[in-house]
This record gives sequence, structure tokens and C-alpha cells, in this order.
Amino acid sequence: MPAIEQLVWGILLLPLISAAGITLFGLRRPRLAGVLSVGAAAGVAVLSLLVFTGTPFGEWWECSAEWLSVGELNVPVALRFDPLSLTMGLIVAWVSFVIHVYSLGYMRGDRGFGRYFAGLSLFLFSMLLIVLAGNLLVLFIGWELVGVSSYLLIGFWYQRPAAADASKKAFLLNRLGDFGFLVGLLLVWSKTGTVDISELECKLALDPGLLGSLATAAGLLIFCGVLGKSAQFPLHVWLPDAMEGPTPVSALIHAATMVAAGVYLLCRVFFLLALPGSAALELIAWVGAFTALLAAVIATQQDDIKRILAYSTLSQLGYMVMAVGASSVSQPPVAAMYHLSTHACFKALLFLGAGSVICAVHHEQNIWRMGALGKKMPVTFVTFLIAALALAGVPPLSGFFSKESILASVLESNVAARHALFAVAVAVAALTGFYMTRLVAVTFFGPERTQIAGQARESGMILTIPLLILAVPSAFAGFWGIDSAYASQFKGAAVEHAGVFGRIAAAFTHSPVATLWGLGAAIVGIVTGLAVYWNAATDRLPEKLGLVAGWARNRFYFDELYAALNEATHEFLSRLADGVDRWVISGIMVRGVHGSIELAGRLLRLTQTGNIQIHAVLLGAGIAILLLIVLRH
Amino acid sequence: MTVGLNHYLAVSGLLFCIGLAGVLFRRNLLVVYMCIEMMLAAASLALVAFSRFRGDLDGQVLALLVISVAAAEVAVGLALIVAVCRRGLKPTADELAGMKL
Repeated sequence: MPAIEQLVWGILLLPLISAAGITLFGLRRPRLAGVLSVGAAAGVAVLSLLVFTGTPFGEWWECSAEWLSVGELNVPVALRFDPLSLTMGLIVAWVSFVIHVYSLGYMRGDRGFGRYFAGLSLFLFSMLLIVLAGNLLVLFIGWELVGVSSYLLIGFWYQRPAAADASKKAFLLNRLGDFGFLVGLLLVWSKTGTVDISELECKLALDPGLLGSLATAAGLLIFCGVLGKSAQFPLHVWLPDAMEGPTPVSALIHAATMVAAGVYLLCRVFFLLALPGSAALELIAWVGAFTALLAAVIATQQDDIKRILAYSTLSQLGYMVMAVGASSVSQPPVAAMYHLSTHACFKALLFLGAGSVICAVHHEQNIWRMGALGKKMPVTFVTFLIAALALAGVPPLSGFFSKESILASVLESNVAARHALFAVAVAVAALTGFYMTRLVAVTFFGPERTQIAGQARESGMILTIPLLILAVPSAFAGFWGIDSAYASQFKGAAVEHAGVFGRIAAAFTHSPVATLWGLGAAIVGIVTGLAVYWNAATDRLPEKLGLVAGWARNRFYFDELYAALNEATHEFLSRLADGVDRWVISGIMVRGVHGSIELAGRLLRLTQTGNIQIHAVLLGAGIAILLLIVLRH
Repeated sequence: MTVGLNHYLAVSGLLFCIGLAGVLFRRNLLVVYMCIEMMLAAASLALVAFSRFRGDLDGQVLALLVISVAAAEVAVGLALIVAVCRRGLKPTADELAGMKL
């Protein structure tokens, strides 16, 4: 496929050229920066579609260029095109194209316009590098680069201390996870001698015991990278703070694509996690489930519109990670990737809708200072509602299908405590319905709580058209067979459903228990949400729940806990270092050497009386001793 | 009783020891100087005695060299003592403790 091979390098190079071009020439020329960046994103979107359609369904191919060749180590820049990477690449390309267009409107007039688009292009390049990498080392480079661009964009308004702190926090916590990832990578390389994904898969298929007793360790170390990037417990605290960045950045990086890269990585190296004798998957499932539940509870008591969405993202990422953990060789992680894809669309839409709302109410983010925006901002309202319902899992929207497939896969998994896992998943589904209802009811319905909310107007076309575009996949992606695309990756039998009603019916016939529970949970959540928050002037939940609500409001004090832990560790280490410096280095070593030499000097000085006759005695004695020694031998 | 090499060496050693004791324990610099000369004379005596009993002249040549070196040394040493006196110091070993640290 020579024609396609030329195209694929274009996918990577276009955003890179755009990032370099803007940095060199466009930082002070907003028009040039916008054209370059959006042009590159459009090019990538078209090229990815061409490559997607040009590859026969269910097949895979690779292309590579020589990059690093030192002795026996040979690492090419290998790109791998299989159903997994093609579908993921298509979603990344299109979602980021839409968000690029939206950014043109959202960031208009900002002094850092050029810098913003340079960061966005750099991000697009690195994200595509992760998705298309056929080689774990190349993937790791992309992994680090998305970390950098995320850092640059969270701290975009670096004059605000909160934004600067948030970017630092995100970067440090990601580094913590990436360190584990790197160690895992080195472990795999030292044991198998390759970091190429297809080669690794072949080797492990031939000899599943190749990693021996280290299989679990290797899986969990790679999962460490996922903990950081996908913000899973205990490294989850950076994602809500990352909302200090511009809203389109939150939509693209911290909701749709980068944070989902962790789940993508898990699916990419699924053969490694699912090795016989590896206990990694079970732990992954529980980490995901815990994160999902924790974040969903916290989301019910947040007041900042972006933070609610951030905790919802955390919770959904936990859901996907749990789905990967509940998978096995016989039941590949199709549900996780399916949910990732639909989530990318509707969560990006939710964030862009939130951005539109925030613009309309003059950068007020507290939902209790909004209200009754539904009538004033019809387009934003309708698209936001579609996305919210999709997130809650209401049929026939896309989220319903992906969530049901996760619930079904958890229920059918061979994890020991799968019923407990399923209960957590259902509880999270109910909480999701609840907090999304709260968000929509308080923001778009009820009384106008402030004057600003009363004066809100619908945003301009450049903001609303991306919303409308994203609303299409949010609503209908369930009918496009994304799951069968992913299923063909894992050689699983793709279930063919006929027509719209066939698909909806299939959800019920395939795993009725899971679907009914999920649907019931969503309805319970939505109804409870409506009962509590319909026309509410203030949040009545804290009075009813008391302590729990307070804990959720304060994010279960994780930030405070980490701060205290950090301080205690820091205090202990600095005391230790101080002790070593004061007593060992300065005391024994420096002062000890100095003191002993001085003492010897003082003693020797006593012999220097200046009396010539004593000198003569000593001289004579010395000669006598020398003579004695010489004559003896 | 015939006088042999050992007798000469005994006298030479005795002379050397008396000179050494004088150098170490007398205060007056002039006396110290004389004692140094005495030690040199002891060495010369030993050299001449060896020369006589070996039957060659090497030792005697060396003794002549010692005498000339001693003469030069006395010239320098006496000049130093005169310089000390001119500075108004007493020419004793105790006074000249400028090398004390």
C-alpha cells in the first residue's frame, strides 16, 4: 500500500510542522497560528479517514523508519495500523479537529493565542504518536510528550498561581506514574529482548512463560503509567486541578483523548496483562472500580461546572479501567475501548458546552450562580442535554450501548469477586445519573440565581457548530458498529446487529440482567436528581446527608492528606539530611580532619623552642637513631 | 706497651664527646665554637690515625681539607658573633631564639 504509506507520515508530520511553524513565526501572529493549527488538524482528520477506509476491515499493517540503532539495540519509529489504532486515531483526529475549530472562537483575543495553538498542535502530534506507535519505546516518547503539552496548556494562564500550581501538580504526578511505566518497559525489554509490540506479542504467544514470575510485576509497572496518565487512584488528584487550563484544553486533553490514552495502553498491551499466572488484571479491575465510585461520589457535591465534569471523567475512566481489568483472553477488552470512544465524543461535547455556558455568564463557573439558561441558550442546552443523557446511559444514545457492554463484560468476567464489582458498577451508574441531573437541572432550569445568568445570550456560531457536530456521534455512535471494529482487533467474534431497533434489542437479549440493572440504576439516579434539584435554590443534599456530603464536598480530603504526608516526609528527610550534614559531614569529616591535624601541629610546635642547642640535641638524636638502624641491618 | 690504632681512636672519640657535650650544654657562643673545633680536631685525628695504620696518604689529605674548611667556618662564625654583639645582644645561645614558632 504505497499510497497509504505516504499518507500516514503526513498524519504525524502535519501537526509537528504546525507546532514548529507557530513557535517560530506565529507567536505574535494569531491569524497565521490559527490557520496553521486548524489546517493541520483538518489535514490529519481527512488523512486518518483515508487511511481508515483504505485499510481492509480487520487487517493490520506496519511501516517504519530507522531511528535509533546502537549495537544490538535497534529501535525504529514503527507505526502500527490495526483496528484498535485506526479507530482510536480516527476518534482522536476528529474530536481534536472539532475542538481546534471551537478554540478559534473560545480563545479569540487572548494574548497567548499563538502559544495556545502551538501547544494544541504539539499535543495532537504526541497523541497520534501514542496511538499509532508500533513500538513501546516510541509510544513512551509520545506518552511523555503529551505530558509536556498537557503541562504547557494547563499552565496556559501562568499568571494565575492556581493554574501554575495545577500544571506543576499534573506534571509531577504524571512523572511519578511514568517512572513505573519506564521500569516496566525496561523489565519487558530485558526479559524478552524486544519492545516492538507485534514481536512481543509473537514471542509471548509462543512462550507464555517467558516473563516467568515477573509477569504480574511487568503488568503492574506498566499500569503505573496508566495510574498517572488516566488519573486513577491514588494519583487521581491532578485531574480536577487541571481544569485551570482553558476549557477546550480540558475537553480535548483532560476528557476525550490524553487521559483515555491510559486505557488505550492497557488494551494495546493486553496480551501482556492477560498472561497466564499474572494477577495484574484483577488488581486493575479493583483500582478502576474504586476510582469510579470515589470520583462519582465526589462529583455529586462539587459546585464548579468544570470540576463536576472532571470528576465525572475520572469516574468514567475508572469504569473503563475496570472493564479492562474484568476482561480476559476469551473476553477481550472491547467494552472498555467502546466506552472510551463514545465517552470521548460526549465528554468533549459536555466540556465544550460548559465552555459555551462559561463564556455566556462572564467566566462564572459556580453552577449555583447560574440557572434558567435553557431558554436563553437553546443550542448549547440541547446538545449538552444529549451528552448528559448519553453519559447517564439513556437509550438509544451512544453511552447506553457502551455502558451496557461494560456492565455485561463485568458480570460475565472471571474475576473472583465479579458480583461485588458489578454492584460497584451499578452504583456508579446510578450516581452518574444523579450528578448529571443535578448539573443540568441547576444550570439550565430553575430560577435565575444571579443577574449575570439573567443576561446570558447564546454563544456565536463558531462555538455552537462544533457542539452540533459532536452531538451527532454522542447520540448515534451506538449504531455505527464501533464495538465490532474493536472486536476484530482481538479476533473476537463481532456480533452483527441489524438496524437501529436490532441493536437496542440486542442489548437486552445479549445480557438482560446487566442491561436492566444499568438502565434501572440510571433511572433511579435521574429521578432522585430531579426530586432533589428541580427548581432548587440551594443545595439541599448537605442537610440530608450531613457528614458524607461534607466529605464529598472536600474531595474526601485527599489533597490535604497528600499535603500532610508530603510535609511529614519532607520534614523527616530534611531532618535526616540536616543531621547527616551537621554530624557526619561537617562534624566527623570536615572538623575531624581539621581538628586532628591542628592537634598534631600544636604538639609538634612544642619542639620548636628556637633554642639552637635543643635543635642540635634532636639532630644528634636523629642521626644516632638513623645510624643505629643502618648499622643493625 | 705499644700505642696502637685503638688508643688513637679512643682519644679521638673522647675528644669528640667532650666537644659534643660542650656544644650541647655551654651557653657562650665562643665556647660552643671552640667545642665545634674540638669535634673537628677529633675527626681529623681519627683520619690521620687511619692513614698512618693503613700506610697510604688518603686520610691525611682529607685531614688537611678539614682544617682548611674549619678555618673558613671560623671566619664566618666569628663574623656572625661580632654582628650579634654589635646589635647589643649577649652572645649566648639562649638569647638567639628567633627560630621559635
